[in-house]
Amino acid sequence: MPVHHFIPEEPLVESLTDALSTPLKLYPTKPEKVYVFGTCLVDLFYPEAGMSGVVLLEHAGVEVLFPQDQTCCGQPAYTSGYKEEARLVALAQMSIFGEDYPIVVPSGSCGGMMKTHYPRLFEGTEHHQQALDFSERIYELTDFLVHVCDLSLEDKGERTKIALHTSCSSRREMKTTDSGKLLLGQLKNVALVEPKKVTECCGFGGAFSVRHSEISSAMVKDKVMHLSNTKADAFLSSDCGCLMNIKGAAEKDKSALTLRRGEHLLSFVARRAGLIADGVEV
Amino acid sequence: MSTTTGSFQQRSDVAIQDKKLRANFLSAMDGLMEKRDLAFDDKTQLEALRILGAQVRQNALVKLPELLVELETKLTQRGVQVHWAQTPDEAVDIIQSITLKEKAQKIIKGKSMVSEEIHLNDKMEQVGVTCLESDLGEYIVQLAKETPSHIVMPAIHKNTAEIADLLHEKTGIERKEDALYMTEQARQQLRKNFMEADIGLSGVNFAVAETGTLCLVENEGNGRLTTTVPKTHIAIMGIEKVVEKLEDTAPLLSLLTRSATGQPITTYFNMISGPRKENELDGPETVHLVLLDHGRTQMYQDDELLDTLRCIRCAACMNHCPVYTRIGGHAYGFTYPGPIGKILMPHLEGLDDTQSLPTASSLCGACAEVCPVKIPIPDLLVRLREEANHPNPQDSYIKGAGIKRHGMEPVLWSMWRWWHQRGTRYHIMTSMLTKLHFLQPSKLAPWTNKRTLPKMAKKSFHQQMKARTDRLKKGALR
Repeated sequence: MPVHHFIPEEPLVESLTDALSTPLKLYPTKPEKVYVFGTCLVDLFYPEAGMSGVVLLEHAGVEVLFPQDQTCCGQPAYTSGYKEEARLVALAQMSIFGEDYPIVVPSGSCGGMMKTHYPRLFEGTEHHQQALDFSERIYELTDFLVHVCDLSLEDKGERTKIALHTSCSSRREMKTTDSGKLLLGQLKNVALVEPKKVTECCGFGGAFSVRHSEISSAMVKDKVMHLSNTKADAFLSSDCGCLMNIKGAAEKDKSALTLRRGEHLLSFVARRAGLIADGVEV
Repeated sequence: MSTTTGSFQQRSDVAIQDKKLRANFLSAMDGLMEKRDLAFDDKTQLEALRILGAQVRQNALVKLPELLVELETKLTQRGVQVHWAQTPDEAVDIIQSITLKEKAQKIIKGKSMVSEEIHLNDKMEQVGVTCLESDLGEYIVQLAKETPSHIVMPAIHKNTAEIADLLHEKTGIERKEDALYMTEQARQQLRKNFMEADIGLSGVNFAVAETGTLCLVENEGNGRLTTTVPKTHIAIMGIEKVVEKLEDTAPLLSLLTRSATGQPITTYFNMISGPRKENELDGPETVHLVLLDHGRTQMYQDDELLDTLRCIRCAACMNHCPVYTRIGGHAYGFTYPGPIGKILMPHLEGLDDTQSLPTASSLCGACAEVCPVKIPIPDLLVRLREEANHPNPQDSYIKGAGIKRHGMEPVLWSMWRWWHQRGTRYHIMTSMLTKLHFLQPSKLAPWTNKRTLPKMAKKSFHQQMKARTDRLKKGALR
């Protein structure tokens, strides 16, 4: 049935058209400098992922600025329904990236918070325009390396088989699902396998994993099973929440031994490219 | 009203342990997702159609008061009696008084979720009127004395073997795990009832204001029989189901059938415009329409929550929901399960009774991605979480606002805010945490019931970056 029969000449509700259509994704030319927003999970649990991101950005010829006053994007409070608390923490973040450089984030979920949820968070406040402008500067780090920096890598590692977990926020908020694949595709000794039900959530969801722990556990159990079934040597994720959840469940699940080797995509890539060895810059 | 006992937590904990139930849902949902995907093979067309669908619905909502009046006027001109009900009780009263006037004993029903919403079958039973479901899925659910577990496939929680047992036990037919055989038997049983019923009761998929037409989408023909054989037809719908023009139904129908069952169109699409006219050979002598509010105007007051009312009840959100797939529809405990239920039921029943629904989501966004009318379900879940934790409930018009804001949680978030609002405070906190990393507990329930905890870093990313910057500076100076 040809769709043009249904398309009216004038949009029925004009104001809605913009809100409903998916905006075209546009990338800037490679800048001289970028800000890195580290995220709180990287800060406390996966600093090597952050360092790997920094090293990869510099390898691509971009200078990295890291404002020390950054803390957390505010997502934990936001998704728990504590809007005012989220807003105050988000406002603090928006005020410390003064220059007009892109802000790159080594996590789809924190990136998604800043890019897609800050505008809603500040709607109706005096900071709404600031939030809109700020959100336009947010990029997921892997995506930025691939599409803005045009990074090219040489694989210095042994042959290995890897399963990639793509997060819901990178898929549905940041629209960067393919970036990880493209980056890993440059590593000639890495065979990438896709697990079944790749688009299904791992069950993390922040406080959801604790509030509804039985449901969350059932979800991550299935995710571990699908990843395990790929017989990959390790799995990767560019989202620390998913990583913590899936790796934690795989470590507890005796049947999923191979997946104990889960790590952040950026850590893996930097190591393979010989930029980081034993957690130290080369 | 909750349809089963216990809390959401208790019900979902039980459901998740039920292996057979989970297997039934998993295979059914996998099938439905695949069918939908095949039905929308052209993704560009799908996107164009979704935008149009959302616009059609939004347009109708923007003009809702006028369109409802226009619908009433047009239907009344055609001889349809229009009734307005603000609450489920009022809707039940209206239907009971029609039944009384018609001296009706038996109602045959087409599928209607609004009739489930007002618990019509039980309420009619109380006044001695029998309601018999004629949709096959609803018929099965009624025989089992259950409620629908899915809004399009009411008996989806049962597999063929369970249905064979049920039909054998309750209707005495031979036990055969053969869907065709069972359908044929049910058809025979239902046919008699269509002839005997005094009243046919149906739902409405779209009501067209411009023409005064009630549209009914179905596959089994039971909808057509229900609305044409008995001498009285009662249609019941939520006030949001109205659309402006007849042509608006084309994209909505195309989106509905493909999203719901992967069909390009259903077997039947009924367009009902009034009772039998003089010289006409069939059709009901009287037609009634009951328009129900039941919390819908609460959503209507708010630009953001209004989006909930765009819903055309296709169930794609639940078919694609990883939570629904694992716990099934009954665990939600309310008429509408799944993602749409989580954003709808709090308005119908109040956040006080439904407070666990908005939190029971990882906000993965699979629902919004497939919604044919682009309802931003995750944003609305967050909004309802905000309402449940509203610091000043008196300023909110959401029933039950602020219900969750008690105990330690607000204090903890306030502390969290304090530590994260200034870089200096955050540094103090994180350097304490990393210094004391060896004190990290190995068990932190419920997280560690099924997972290990990640190890706290000895040096945070902040600390490593500071050391690195200092090192580079020194190098540059030298």
